[in-house]
Amino acid sequence: MELTRRDVLATFLGAPFAALACRERPAVALPPGELVGASHEVGHRLRGGAPPQPSRWETHDVVIAGGGVAGLASAWRLSHAGVRDVVLFELEPALGGTSRSSASFPWGAHYLVAPSPENRALQRLLAEMGVLEPGATTTIAEEHLCRDPQERLFYRGRWYEGLYLHSGASHEDLRQLRAFEAEIARWAAWRDARGRRAFEIPIAYASDDAEVTALDRMSMRTWMDARGFTSARLRWLVEYSTRDDYGLLLDDTSAWAALFYFASRDERPVVTWPEGNGRPVAHLARSAQARTGWLVTSLTPVADGVDVVALRGDEAVGVHAKRVIFAGPQFVAARVIPSRPASSAFTYGSWMVANLALRDRPQSHGFPLAWDNVLYDSPSLGYVVSTHQQGIDRGPTVLTYYYALCGSDVRRERERLLGADRDAWAEVALADLSRAHPDLRSLTDRIDVMRWGHAMIRPSPGFVWSEARRRAAEPHHGIHFANTDLSGVALFEEALHHGVRAAEEVLGPRGGASWL
Amino acid sequence: MNRTPILFLNVLVIAACGLMYELLAGTVASYVLGDSVTQFSLIIGLYLSALGVGAWLSRFLDRDLAARFVDVELAVALLGGLSAPMLFLGFARLEWFRLFLFLVVFAIGVLVGLELPILMRILKEHLDFKELVSRVLSFDYIGSLFAAVLFPMFLMPRLGLVRTSIVFGLLNAAVGLYGTWLLRPLLRGVMMLRIRAAFVIVVLLIALLRADVLTTLAEDELYADDIVYSSSSPYQRILVTNNAAGFQLFLNGNLQFSSADEYRYHEALVHPAMSAAKSMGRVLILGGGDGLALREVLKYGGVQQVTLVDLDPKMTALSANFAPLRTLNHNAFADRRVRVVNEDAMIWIERVRESFDVVIVDFPDPSSFSLGKLYSTRFYRLVRARLVPDGAISVQCTSPLYARQSYWCIIRTLEAAGFSVRPYQTTVPSFGVWGFALASPRAVDAPSVVQVPTRFLDDATLAAMFVFPRDMGPVPVEINRLDNQILVRYYEDEWRKWS
Repeated sequence: MELTRRDVLATFLGAPFAALACRERPAVALPPGELVGASHEVGHRLRGGAPPQPSRWETHDVVIAGGGVAGLASAWRLSHAGVRDVVLFELEPALGGTSRSSASFPWGAHYLVAPSPENRALQRLLAEMGVLEPGATTTIAEEHLCRDPQERLFYRGRWYEGLYLHSGASHEDLRQLRAFEAEIARWAAWRDARGRRAFEIPIAYASDDAEVTALDRMSMRTWMDARGFTSARLRWLVEYSTRDDYGLLLDDTSAWAALFYFASRDERPVVTWPEGNGRPVAHLARSAQARTGWLVTSLTPVADGVDVVALRGDEAVGVHAKRVIFAGPQFVAARVIPSRPASSAFTYGSWMVANLALRDRPQSHGFPLAWDNVLYDSPSLGYVVSTHQQGIDRGPTVLTYYYALCGSDVRRERERLLGADRDAWAEVALADLSRAHPDLRSLTDRIDVMRWGHAMIRPSPGFVWSEARRRAAEPHHGIHFANTDLSGVALFEEALHHGVRAAEEVLGPRGGASWL
Repeated sequence: MNRTPILFLNVLVIAACGLMYELLAGTVASYVLGDSVTQFSLIIGLYLSALGVGAWLSRFLDRDLAARFVDVELAVALLGGLSAPMLFLGFARLEWFRLFLFLVVFAIGVLVGLELPILMRILKEHLDFKELVSRVLSFDYIGSLFAAVLFPMFLMPRLGLVRTSIVFGLLNAAVGLYGTWLLRPLLRGVMMLRIRAAFVIVVLLIALLRADVLTTLAEDELYADDIVYSSSSPYQRILVTNNAAGFQLFLNGNLQFSSADEYRYHEALVHPAMSAAKSMGRVLILGGGDGLALREVLKYGGVQQVTLVDLDPKMTALSANFAPLRTLNHNAFADRRVRVVNEDAMIWIERVRESFDVVIVDFPDPSSFSLGKLYSTRFYRLVRARLVPDGAISVQCTSPLYARQSYWCIIRTLEAAGFSVRPYQTTVPSFGVWGFALASPRAVDAPSVVQVPTRFLDDATLAAMFVFPRDMGPVPVEINRLDNQILVRYYEDEWRKWS
C-alpha cells in the first residue's frame, strides 16, 4: 500500500492536522536516514515450517535465550557466582532489548527511578557502575540524576514548565489535581499488615492485599470516573502517563498499573544518561558471553537438561545445556517451547522511536528546552534531548521522538506500525514537532526510525494480578523464565529483578546469599 | 474646488510625517548601531534618493489618481507608523539588521515621494501651475519645520520613539481617510477605501495601546550611550558603548562592567583569594573573558601560569585585540603566562586533570539554566577536585542586597560542595552593592593584607568587605543542584522586583 503524505499525517497525527499540512508548501525532501528496526523478518521465521537441523552440537552449563535487560541481568548474576560456562543468544545485532541505545542517544527505555533501599539488586548495579555519590551507599551522584529542567509542555504556541498544564487551569481543575495528588500520597503511604507498600518497584515486593489488587480489576477511566476526576487536564496528565509507560489509553489500563506509575516513585528522583538505559546495559553486558544475530528456535527439555537450537542465517547450532534461562517475552516462549502450554493473556503494544540529528537547537517560545518535551495536542509522547544530561547547552543534538500506538486492537496497531516505512514515520515526527519548532525541518540532518512491534507488555485490567502472570514465571523442566512481562509492566527495574531471580533459581545454594 | 485650502493643510501634515519617519530611522540607527554622524548621513541620503524614485514612479500612475493617493497615504501610515517598533525588534532579532533598516527607509521614501506628485496632479485642474508649485512647496517645507522642531523638543522626551512613530502613522492614516471625503467627486469605490483606512487606523491604535510592550521589547536593545562595537557570536550579543565616564561592555544587554568603576569589582574579586591561598603558581579563571580579572592576577610575580576558560572565542579575541579593552586589561592576553581555552567551563572541568592553586570564578549572573549549572554543587565539587588543599577560590555571587536569596544560595551551595566559605561584599557604583565568596577546602580566614598595588583595595577596605550589614545577612535557602536549578528560580524572582 502506497501512503501519501496526507494519508500518513491523517493516520498518525489526526485528520485536522493532515488538512492543515496539505495547505503548506509542498514538502521539501526528507533528511536521510534508515530503518533500524527490530528484526521482524528473522523473528517471524519462528512462525514458519521446520527450521534446519543443527550441524554441530556444543555443551554448556547455562544457555540464556535473549539479550535484553533480563537476560543480561541473569548473565551478570551468574558471573558473580563464578559460573563461567554461560552462552547468551540474542537475535538482534545489539544487546539491550528495548533498552537498546547508540553511544549517545537511546532507542528505547531511557531512565530509571532511583531505587528504594529494598531494591538491592539495582542498588548493587548502580554501585558497581560508580553512579553513587562517593562514599555513599544509596545516594545517587548529582550528575546522574536527571538535570533540571526536567519537563515542559507545548500548548497553543507556547512551552510551559512541567507536565501538568497549569496555564489557564480553573479552580475546579486545580482542586481535582490536589485531590488526585492526595489520593496518590495516600497510596504511597499505605502499608499492609506485613509492612509492604501498596506499589513498589519491583512489583514482587509490593503488597498483594485484596484492597490493592482490587484496583487491577477496573480500568483507570472507571477509577477516575468513580472519584469525579473529570478535569480534562488531569485526565490528559494521567493518560499521558499510561501512554508513556504502557502504551495504553485510560480505558485499557488497569487502575492498579496507572496508580503504580504515580505511587511507586514516592518522589524518588529520576536517574538517566545521554544514551538512556544503554549505560546500565553496557555494564551488564560485560558479564555476558553474547552471540548476537542468533535466533533461538527451540528449547526441548531432555533427561539431563535442555536441548537448545539456535539459527543464524542458514546456519543452525545445537547446544545441550544443563539449565536454560528463557529471557524473551511470553509470545516467543509459546513458539520456542512447544512442550509448555501458552497463555494468551500476555499482549504487547507497538512503538515507533525516531532519532532526529539536529545541526542546532530549534527555536521555541516560552519555557526553555528541557529533558522531556511533550506536546499537549499530539498522539506522540514528545521527545527527549540527548545532550541535556551532558550539560551541552548549544550546538548539535539528537532528539529521541517516541510514538506509542495505543489503540485497543494490538494486531491492527502492529499492522499500522509496520505498514508505514522510514519516510512515513520521519514525516510524522517532523510534522508533529514542527508545530512547536517551525525551523525543525531545516535543522534536521538525519532521521533514523525504529519500529518496535512488541515493545511493551500491556497491563490491561486484570492482567497484573492474574494467575496467568504468576504461573508464567514458574520453571518448566530446566527452563527458567526472566522478562519484564512477568511483572505485567515494562520496566528496566522489573527485567533486572526477573533476570537475577531466574539466575538464582539456576544457582540454587551455589549462589550464596540472595541479591533480592 | 473650494476645498483646496484644506488640501494644502494635508500637504503640511504629509510633509511633517515624511520628515518624522526619516528622523526616527536616523535616531534608531544611531541608538543601536552607534556613530550617529554616519547613520544620519546615510539615512538622509538614502531617504532623499528614495523620494526621487517615488516622484519618478508617479508618472506610471494614470488612472484613479485620487484613490491611489488614499492608498499611498494608508501604506505610508502603516509602514512609517510601525517603523520604529519594527526597527527595534528587527535589531533584536535579525542578523542582517542594516539591510532591513535600509529597506524600510527606502520603502518609506518611495511612498512619500509618490505623495506630492500625485496630489499636485489632482490639484492642477483647479489651480494654475505657478500658484500650485508655490503653495505645495511652501506647505511642504513648513511641515518639515514643524516636524524638525517638535521631534527633539517635545516628541522624543514626551512620547518616545515608538509612540511618536505610531502617532504620525495615525496622522497619515487620518489624511488618507479624510481624503475620501475631500476627493469624493473623483473617487470610485469609496466604501472599500474607507474600510481599508479604518483597518489601518485600528492596527495603529492597537499598536499605540500596546506601545508599552513594544517599548519594553525594544529597549532591551536600547542603550543610552554611543555604541562603539557590536557583534553577535553563537553564544551571545556583545556590545561596547562609550560615554563621558568611559566605556561599558554588555553581554545580551546585561552590563558586565563600566571602565569607570570596574577596578573596584575586579580587585574585590581577585585579591582576597590571592591573599588567602598558600601558593599561587597556577591560577584558573573561569569566565572573565574581558581579561580584567586576568589583569589583577598578573600583578603577582609569583603567578607562573594562568588558564582562562571562557565559552566565547569572540569575547576573548575582542578583549585581546579591541584597543579600548586591550588597554583596560593592560594587554593581559599577550602575557606569556596566559593560556586561553574557549569551551563551556562545566564540560572542560569535567575533563581536565590538572591542579590549581587559585581559582577565580567570574560567570555572568545565573539568569538561565545554562548559567545556573555553573553555580551547582556538582560544578563546585569539580572545582574543588582541581584545587590544591591549601588553595582558595573566589566567586562572583550577584548582589546580596537585590538578590539576597540568590546570594546566600550560592554561599550555601559552596558549603554543601565541601568548601569553607567567607562571604564578602563591596560597592560597585555601576552595579550597586555586589557580593562575592572566598572559599577553600580548608578553614579559611578573611585575609588582611593586599600584596600588590591597587586603586581601590587597601588593608582596611579588605577587612571591611567581610563585614555584612543586617539587611544582607543570611536567609534560609535551598542548595542549588543540577537536578533542581533552584538558583535560577530565586534569581528570576528577585531581579524581577527591581527591573
